[in-house]
Amino acid sequence: MLSIEDYVARIEETCGEERNFIVIFKYDKKEQAVSKILKKAKIEKSISAIIFELTFKGVSFRLYGTGKAIFRNLKEKSELQNVLTDLLL
Amino acid sequence: MLDPYKIREDFPILKRKISNHPLIYFDNAATSQKPKQVIGAIKNFYENHNANVHRAVHTLSQEASELYERAHEEVASFINARGMEEIIFLRGTTEAINLVAYAWGLRNLKRDDEVIVSLMEHHSNIVPWEILSKINEFNIKYAEVKEDGTLNYEAFEDMISNKTKIVCISHVSNFSGVINDVKRVARVAHDYGALTLVDGAQSVPHLPVNVKDLDVDFLAFSAHKMLGPTGIGALYGKREVLEKMEPFQGGGEMIREVSFDQMTRRCSITWNDLPWKFEAGTPNICDGIGLMEAVRYLRRVGMEDVKAHECMLTEYAMQRMQECQKVEIYGPRDTSIKCGIVPFNVEGLSSHDVALFLDNYGIMIRSGFHCTQPLHQIFKLKSSTRVSFYIYNIREEVDRFVEVLKEIE
Repeated sequence: MLSIEDYVARIEETCGEERNFIVIFKYDKKEQAVSKILKKAKIEKSISAIIFELTFKGVSFRLYGTGKAIFRNLKEKSELQNVLTDLLL
Repeated sequence: MLDPYKIREDFPILKRKISNHPLIYFDNAATSQKPKQVIGAIKNFYENHNANVHRAVHTLSQEASELYERAHEEVASFINARGMEEIIFLRGTTEAINLVAYAWGLRNLKRDDEVIVSLMEHHSNIVPWEILSKINEFNIKYAEVKEDGTLNYEAFEDMISNKTKIVCISHVSNFSGVINDVKRVARVAHDYGALTLVDGAQSVPHLPVNVKDLDVDFLAFSAHKMLGPTGIGALYGKREVLEKMEPFQGGGEMIREVSFDQMTRRCSITWNDLPWKFEAGTPNICDGIGLMEAVRYLRRVGMEDVKAHECMLTEYAMQRMQECQKVEIYGPRDTSIKCGIVPFNVEGLSSHDVALFLDNYGIMIRSGFHCTQPLHQIFKLKSSTRVSFYIYNIREEVDRFVEVLKEIE
């Protein structure tokens, strides 16, 4: 049974007013994670096919080909975990 | 003049590629890369000289002790201290500031005393004083920063009084690179009988620092920001100030004698000489030797040349970044009053977005608060992006950085 921990190496929570979550995918799973996310989320904008501006269930985020993503305006880490579960599993 | 192309050959990590792009490392204010000479010194110590220092009589211990003591001497000489007794090795700047707060502040700061801290300080020069003020009930006054990021000296001079016992200030701001006139601050502080604690984390690695000339009482800095290993740094303290202080931590190495009195059933303790009085327990011997090698490397390059090279890159970067329509640079533009740091934001993007974008191109920069949240509040910034240079950075890297920055726009 897969869990988001199988894909996610680390979640960095930025401090201050502008509270963002930066998700860093595991090196050996990053391509799989990026591909899964691109299939499920709506691509609003793409830059050189390596940076994607995406929305998913009302949540906007940016995904990078290097296997990192930045989620904005989420109040709790649990909210992020729910979104990641829906995107990756 | 410094040759950054030749210097780059000494840094193995600069040969790395990130996402198929050559690594451009512009996060030097956070930590520096390490030359093969420092890496080699660490390897050599563990392969040939590893033993605990002091007290043991065997050959390896004597070698390790000599190397460790020489490291203190060379660090002392690097900042023109009077000798190794004025140099205490600690984990880094943060621990050095905490040493001053607890070993000096806890015993000397009382209710109604005042501590002046500048608003441009790294959290490490704010938090220990705030914690201690809750115990000793002294007041903390924050020295204002002007709109251009420089210290408001007039306001500071109005604020200081006979109640002030210590002034805590960074030599160079880790946000803006502004160089504070700590000599002036120390002179004013001494006029009021106060001590001066200078956070030298961003100055000792980047410009010539002469503690005798500055006449500061304490100077704290970290090895890892000056080509050395992590986990080691130093506190300079004037000998006469250190001599009056009680130890920071207790344990082995920092004592001369612990004798048990049969009558009182207690132990009486005499402290070791400086600097060992402040180095409890087995020290970080190997990384101290790594720091010595870093100091040797910087001396060979020459600190005047280090500063000149970084000023050149800073000026060039600020000039090239002006080509970007949506980039706003913070702090002064005059490189005669700042070191190699350029803080900025890109309109409409968070600092983390910018850093992640650049990361795609192998460019490593910092985003967030850089541990200077109060300063960001003053500038009304949610966060910022920061590029910071060192001796191995070159103009071509700045060109590449600006090229990618233009792509973001």
